[in-house]
Amino acid sequence: MATGYYFAHRHILGIEQLSCEDIAHILSTADSFKEISARPIKKVPTLRGHTIINLFFEPSTRTRLSFEVAAKRMSADTFNISPSTSSTTKGETLADTARNISAMHPDIIIIRHACSGAPLLLSRNVQAAVINAGDGAHEHPSQGLLDMLTVKEHRGTLSGLKIAIVGDIAHSRVARSDIVGFTRMGSEVYVYGPSTLVPKGIDQLGAKVCTSLEEAVTDADVVMTLRIQRERQNDPLLPSLREYARHFGISRQVLSLAKPDALVMHPGPVNRGVELNPDVADGPQSVILDQVTNGVAVRMALLYLVMGNS
Amino acid sequence: MNATWRIVNGRIIDPVNSRDEIADLLVIDGRIAGPDQPVPAGVQEIDAAGCWVVPGLIDMHVHLREPGEEYKEDIHSGARAAASGGFTGVACMPNTKPVNDCAVVTAMILGRATDAAVRVYPVGAISQGSEGRQLAEFGEMKAAGVVAVTDDGHPVRDSQLMRRAMEYASDFGLTVISHSEETALSTGVMNEGPVSTRLGLKGIPTAAESIMVYREIALAEFTGARVHIAHVSTAMSLDLIRAAKARGVRVTAETAPHYFTLTDEAVIGYDTNTKMNPPLRSAADREAIRIALADGTLDAIATDHAPHSILEKELEFDAAANGVIGLETALPLTLALVRDKVIDARRLVELMAVNPAAILAVPGGGLSVGAAADLTLIDPEREWVYAADQVVSKSRNTPFLGWKLQGRAVLAMVGGRVRHTLLS
Ligand SMILES: [Zn+2]
Repeated sequence: MATGYYFAHRHILGIEQLSCEDIAHILSTADSFKEISARPIKKVPTLRGHTIINLFFEPSTRTRLSFEVAAKRMSADTFNISPSTSSTTKGETLADTARNISAMHPDIIIIRHACSGAPLLLSRNVQAAVINAGDGAHEHPSQGLLDMLTVKEHRGTLSGLKIAIVGDIAHSRVARSDIVGFTRMGSEVYVYGPSTLVPKGIDQLGAKVCTSLEEAVTDADVVMTLRIQRERQNDPLLPSLREYARHFGISRQVLSLAKPDALVMHPGPVNRGVELNPDVADGPQSVILDQVTNGVAVRMALLYLVMGNS
Repeated sequence: MNATWRIVNGRIIDPVNSRDEIADLLVIDGRIAGPDQPVPAGVQEIDAAGCWVVPGLIDMHVHLREPGEEYKEDIHSGARAAASGGFTGVACMPNTKPVNDCAVVTAMILGRATDAAVRVYPVGAISQGSEGRQLAEFGEMKAAGVVAVTDDGHPVRDSQLMRRAMEYASDFGLTVISHSEETALSTGVMNEGPVSTRLGLKGIPTAAESIMVYREIALAEFTGARVHIAHVSTAMSLDLIRAAKARGVRVTAETAPHYFTLTDEAVIGYDTNTKMNPPLRSAADREAIRIALADGTLDAIATDHAPHSILEKELEFDAAANGVIGLETALPLTLALVRDKVIDARRLVELMAVNPAAILAVPGGGLSVGAAADLTLIDPEREWVYAADQVVSKSRNTPFLGWKLQGRAVLAMVGGRVRHTLLS
């Protein structure tokens, strides 16, 4: 890092708040932590004595597990609170919950919430550092960072690349974090999906909106697909997953339009045969499992960096 | 002699009587007196030098929360907030608990309002319980004192019900006020556009409002009835209203100060005091509203004063209640339009006093000799800060908290009684 740089963020609420330098610093920190996960004894004492609370208001297996593994590899004490065990069902508000948890003096709170902006609200009501593990359709910064780490590992750079994101852009917090992150690092992000799933004004986040799958995928360095849901809260978004797969799914043939060594990515869980043909999802260009591995490293880096700032 | 005053050296702005001049105004026994009338002995003098003397401002769209939610506001606290903002009359929406859908509730509201700081004009419900099925008893409510009917807060989905409401309301000389919203489209929490996309909040398209504005225009045109469109927020609605007026449809419309002051960019930061329905719109919509205030497409400025406690507002943006208070900030925010030369002082008086009185067919709106002395003194230059500890309303849900404002009502007089004064 350039001299004089230091990581100044108390909370990680979104990629939007992170500068180019911040992102590069997080990625290089994560890269250095990858080695820990490869050791026979995968544990360092860095966060010993620190209390980390996983406050998950939305069901999540992957992200919560990834954060928990990251915390334990750094010797932190972790506690999980999910909606069934939390008090929110008794009418306690998020602000109340926040103040209660804060009274137990945790060092870091990791929050997943269905409402966009909930991590910000939490951060205003607690002393602890807050890490957003996904809020509504807003941001999922650790996912955006692990996506960038994965691409950087395979491509050696994050600048000058063509990143195609295909699928449900409208309801995806991953899409927003990726669009902001990759464009900030100097790549171009092309988005494509059925018009029912491409939100108004997404171009103002820096994405280029495509009018065909071919336009999005041709010569891409990365083909990222997003999980599809046919209907949300009575909003008829798609007639069928079958039709989606045919017109918007990534087949071998579509993938052949991208660069020969293009990476295939997906934040998971994949609807096999919908967003991705199975032979693409499991094919040689798929780096979906690298994403999972890198998720732990990126989350270790985030825990380490926000603690360095307390 | 309590209600006898001589207001000297003020700039009297009284569009109804085509007056705009520095002059004295005499109030005798609570009524406006003629300039030739002898000044009674012992008259109290009010020095209005540097101030505008205007007909009492009337807010045709407020929620006073009584009966039912007095922890947010009640008729008296709301009336005090109104007086401190320069209003002398307010029209209160029927979405109370219970709904003001019958003469008994109307009478109860008016009973509670007898000694309130300003005149309170109840607006009755269109449908029983505002449930959108059976018409409420307009005749009975009119006899009890309602000045208009609306299902504000519970948009009328059924076009047949709206048609019948317009027809039947015209039999009693009542205006139907439409909260225009196609609820199938308005499942979001803020304006749909680049900002909602960036924040990941579900959007409400402008079409959700404009579709229903057009429905109301079509029904008013067909039935010949009058309709008033509440809190217009979109440029498309204004185009529809402008065209309808040009062909003689009996449609009037209001907007609220937050729509001509803020845009949806104010939502960045997820402040729930920027959440209202209809939502804050784009800069282009705001500009269209400013133009429409000047060109007569919009007839009135009303606050949609909607008090909520922190129980409804200290929440995730998705979960927070819609609405902001507005009685205490409407005048300075409208005066900003005058300073920006969007409208002139006379137009301000039309939008905030003359036209609301005419649309609701209530007294006021002018300073005619013999009329009740409902008037407001405005110091257009006075600078002040709208600080949390100075809020008169019971609730503080406003995006304008802490704003430095210019211009303020320094006196509000209702029937010759001073109900608010900052004069020494
Ligand atoms: Zn309304």
